[in-house]
Amino acid sequence: MYGLENQVTATVSASDGPGHPAKFLCSGVDVYYSGKQALFSVDLDIQPHDVTALIGPSGCGKSTFLRCLNRMNDVIDGCTVSGRILLDGIDIYGPEIDVVHLRRQVGMVFQKPNPFPKSIYDNVAYGPRIHGLTSSKSDLDDIVVTSLQRAGLFGEVKDRLDSPGTSLSGGQQQRLCIARAIAVNPEVILMDEPCSALDPIATAKVEELLDELRRNYSIVIVTHSMQQAARVSQRTAFFHLGQLIEVGDTETIFTSPRDERTQGYITGRFG
Amino acid sequence: MTDTTAQSSVMPSEKRQSQSVGNKKPSAAMMARHMRARRRAERRFRWMGIVAVSGALGFLLFLLISIFSGGWSAFLATEIRLDIHLETKKDGMPDYRRAIREALMTKFPDIQSRKDIMSVSKLVSKAAPRELALRVADDPDLIGQTQSFWLPASSVVDIFTKGGFTQGDLKGDHLLSEHQRAWLATLSADEDMRLVFNSRFLTSGDSREPELAGIWGAIVGSFFTIMVTLLLSFPIGVTAAIYLEELAPRNRFTDLIEININNLAAVPSIVFGLLGLAIFLNFMDLPRSAPLVGGMVLALMTLPTIIIATRASLKAVPPSIREAAFGMGASPLQVVGHHVLPLAMPGILTGTIVGLSQALGETAPLLMIGMVAFIVDIPATPMDPSTVLPVQIFLWADSPERGFIEKVGGATMVLLMFLVVMNSLAIYLRKKFERRW
Repeated sequence: MYGLENQVTATVSASDGPGHPAKFLCSGVDVYYSGKQALFSVDLDIQPHDVTALIGPSGCGKSTFLRCLNRMNDVIDGCTVSGRILLDGIDIYGPEIDVVHLRRQVGMVFQKPNPFPKSIYDNVAYGPRIHGLTSSKSDLDDIVVTSLQRAGLFGEVKDRLDSPGTSLSGGQQQRLCIARAIAVNPEVILMDEPCSALDPIATAKVEELLDELRRNYSIVIVTHSMQQAARVSQRTAFFHLGQLIEVGDTETIFTSPRDERTQGYITGRFG
Repeated sequence: MTDTTAQSSVMPSEKRQSQSVGNKKPSAAMMARHMRARRRAERRFRWMGIVAVSGALGFLLFLLISIFSGGWSAFLATEIRLDIHLETKKDGMPDYRRAIREALMTKFPDIQSRKDIMSVSKLVSKAAPRELALRVADDPDLIGQTQSFWLPASSVVDIFTKGGFTQGDLKGDHLLSEHQRAWLATLSADEDMRLVFNSRFLTSGDSREPELAGIWGAIVGSFFTIMVTLLLSFPIGVTAAIYLEELAPRNRFTDLIEININNLAAVPSIVFGLLGLAIFLNFMDLPRSAPLVGGMVLALMTLPTIIIATRASLKAVPPSIREAAFGMGASPLQVVGHHVLPLAMPGILTGTIVGLSQALGETAPLLMIGMVAFIVDIPATPMDPSTVLPVQIFLWADSPERGFIEKVGGATMVLLMFLVVMNSLAIYLRKKFERRW
């Protein structure tokens, strides 16, 4: 189904991160939407315990790439992915991969906060429940509380875990979505412009949270704001017209980009 | 738009001026005229709306008034009081018919001729002897005593008492003779005649005699039929819609199915009746006139409505919820079962109840499978022959007897009441689910 015929032998390059093997190794990733190519042979590594920012102008394929990492593109009609994406050395588009299991390992937070129209408790407990992570109510309670604490939301909602998740403010909803994502204890969290619908204060809270979460998870974040990329990420990848132009340490990308287009984008000449 | 502005910015200044004449700022008078025209158009449209709505309400009101004014009397029945002496015959049972005739003759001692006896007997319903027999069965001690009984009046008397005849109707004595009217006046003056709530109308089955006919048989038949329809069409329709909307691949074949389902919703209902006749009766050999078969036919008719409504409400669930659930690693069926379906439930329920209301009022397909028969017994199971409310209305409206006219109105009132109840239920369920989610 996902034409692996174009598979390129993965260049298991020595990771340029400090000491760890790469979490994700992507090589030659092509994506087509109903025949129209959206990504052109992307090679990118995601390092553990890093925040990797994907930046680039609208329609450059950064969200498409992000969605390849937990196979969210599967649900889009007419979308085909080829190339190789290895998570801890295992091809996630391989035939033996269970998408449900993959998405437990690779959580996702979306652009618009999208809590389920259920109680705050049920929102966070949903993942552990469907994956059968707990056997008792008290375990589940623990997971919910810990996840909310890690997402920095527990203090604000501890008295109203039964009220609907949709009753929270936008920033709180987004943190609830983060709590929901980390409740299944994933290894990687993908964030698709998580702050674009939030005000600056809520954004600051989420950014603060990213730094916290980095200790336990690898994070890939798509962002439109270059300031945000500079603030929160350790590594930055610049996409343009479906191609990965440049990837490297955030500081390097923002101070001395190798490519002219990167330079142009971060200085605001286009985008 | 952007083109012209871009052009004008590069144009030499004198050319720009000449163009600005063409794009002249409209004068105040022009703008006022324009505004007036726009306001007029809006006012005109609003008035058309008001006229249309009040016209529709007027027609509705007229319909309701005509139904209620013709139907209220079905809920009342005329009864006549007679002092009846019951005496057993040789076979141990009293002759009720004779007892009633004797009571009438005691009441009106001037009656002697055979013709007059016949004539006065016609004031009381043909069912009166059976009514007496039922009372005696309840209380055997009544035999040997003289007791006063309230007995149902005949249909003609019933209509006459409720003022159902015009002067023209009564001319010629073929409905009620001069004599009969005089006797009725006597009965009325002696307070031996009364109008009571017609419980028979709501508790008995159909009858050849208008004063005895009731709609309980049709109500039970309708209930069984609708239950069968609900039990078949709701689960099948909803699961079919879920499969087509959420799980089935999008290709030419599923497109074809979708088009066909939409077309099925517009197929004349009698065609479904023919289908039921051919398959359920002739091929599967199911019982004729049974609510089971009626319900199956109506389920076929309701399925497209439910499928279309369900698909529409599934589509209306925001994609972000689906994404969130998929992102959490839910399987497609879990996404539907845990998130999409509960959110779509209000719309699905509304669609289902609309479909069922349509089925409840359907006549044509049921004619084809024999639910149009004259059935006196109350059906005990969905396999028993029975009829349904709209068919009963049709049958009564088709009868020559004058007394069935009010029954048509009364039965229509009952049918409308059921529809109102069902729709209220739909609104209640929708509100309830909306609050939870």
